[in-house]
Amino acid sequence: MSAAQLLTIFISAVFIYNVILSRFLGLCSFIAISKETRPALAMSLAVMFVTTMSSIITWLIYRFLLIPFGLEYLRTISFILVIATFVQLVEMVIRKISPALYRFFGIYLPLITVNCAVLGVAVLNSDMFFLKGKALAGSFYYSTFQGVCVGLGYTLAMLLMSGIRERLDYCDVPKAVKEFPLAFIIAAIMSMSFMGFNGFKF
Amino acid sequence: MRKYISEFLKGIIRENPTFVLALGLCPTLAVSVTVSNGIGMGIAATAVLLGSNVIIALIKDMIPDKIRIPCYIVVIATFVTITELLMKAYSPALNRALGIYVPLIVVNCIVLGRAEAYACKNSVVNSFFDGLGMGVGFTLALILISAIREFFGSGKILGLTLIKGFEPAFVMAMPPGALLVIGLLLGFFNVIKGRKA
Repeated sequence: MSAAQLLTIFISAVFIYNVILSRFLGLCSFIAISKETRPALAMSLAVMFVTTMSSIITWLIYRFLLIPFGLEYLRTISFILVIATFVQLVEMVIRKISPALYRFFGIYLPLITVNCAVLGVAVLNSDMFFLKGKALAGSFYYSTFQGVCVGLGYTLAMLLMSGIRERLDYCDVPKAVKEFPLAFIIAAIMSMSFMGFNGFKF
Repeated sequence: MRKYISEFLKGIIRENPTFVLALGLCPTLAVSVTVSNGIGMGIAATAVLLGSNVIIALIKDMIPDKIRIPCYIVVIATFVTITELLMKAYSPALNRALGIYVPLIVVNCIVLGRAEAYACKNSVVNSFFDGLGMGVGFTLALILISAIREFFGSGKILGLTLIKGFEPAFVMAMPPGALLVIGLLLGFFNVIKGRKA
């Protein structure tokens, strides 16, 4: 594990290949929940937690169950099932332990199961950090870190977008592009500015 | 027979999954760089939709209500895996072009949405036509978006140069182009809807 590698993962997951603006994962929640900052922040934190945990869990499953038994083709089924179960479990635990936190996250947690970002980062990890059925050195740490960074990238895009859309409430926009179409056009401009990070090299 | 045809047709315009229901946007935007990618993704998603709709309509009475979503996901994931393996075997180039978006069909909201909204309440034949219509509607939407992007992004459609001397804007082939095209298209359809009303 080297610091340079970690920095590369950070820069590419947060800026260059931003999960929303460049990979288009989790776009539905991005457009639907970014109207105000507070729910957007709650959703982002929930996503960050789930991407991190699911990176860890799916790495363990891939490394210790699927590869030794030659079952790599079951990747999609096993990952999505584990993620769905995990999200359900987290929801139950939060509801029991902290009702306040449950009200804060509440309705956003179940939505995360079908958030492409979570399955996307799990699939990405198993593509990037495993070579011909062997785990690369330090791949567990890299996978976990990539889970955190993808969540960070999601949070960044969510906060930027919700800030812009809160301001837009006071603007007089053409009726045809109100709400969703305008959100996509703004996202296009944001995505264009994120393309500027493409030149980053280490 | 007419009923089946209307089940089929509603997915194409009246309830188009992409433009009217706004479902399954992630793969739509990510793979619509070229028309051939768009068609490939559309066919893969249609196959999954057909399979999952039929199977879920068959087993809908056996599934306890509380765990229906996980059951649907297992059925859908199975069809996604079959599609992925078939694609790897018969069209590896397409599989490379679509990359991680093939396994991600599993979280495509269209598939789960149709299972939850339609297949669990309707007969097998109806569900079959519903899945087919939705799949074709999704494919047509993908072709529309990817044709616009391929034309402006590389000056070609399906690899054929249309206008000589046209300077393509590469940004349309990049992620911002996808977001811009879908935003403008949704706005355009809003204008048409406003005219009709």
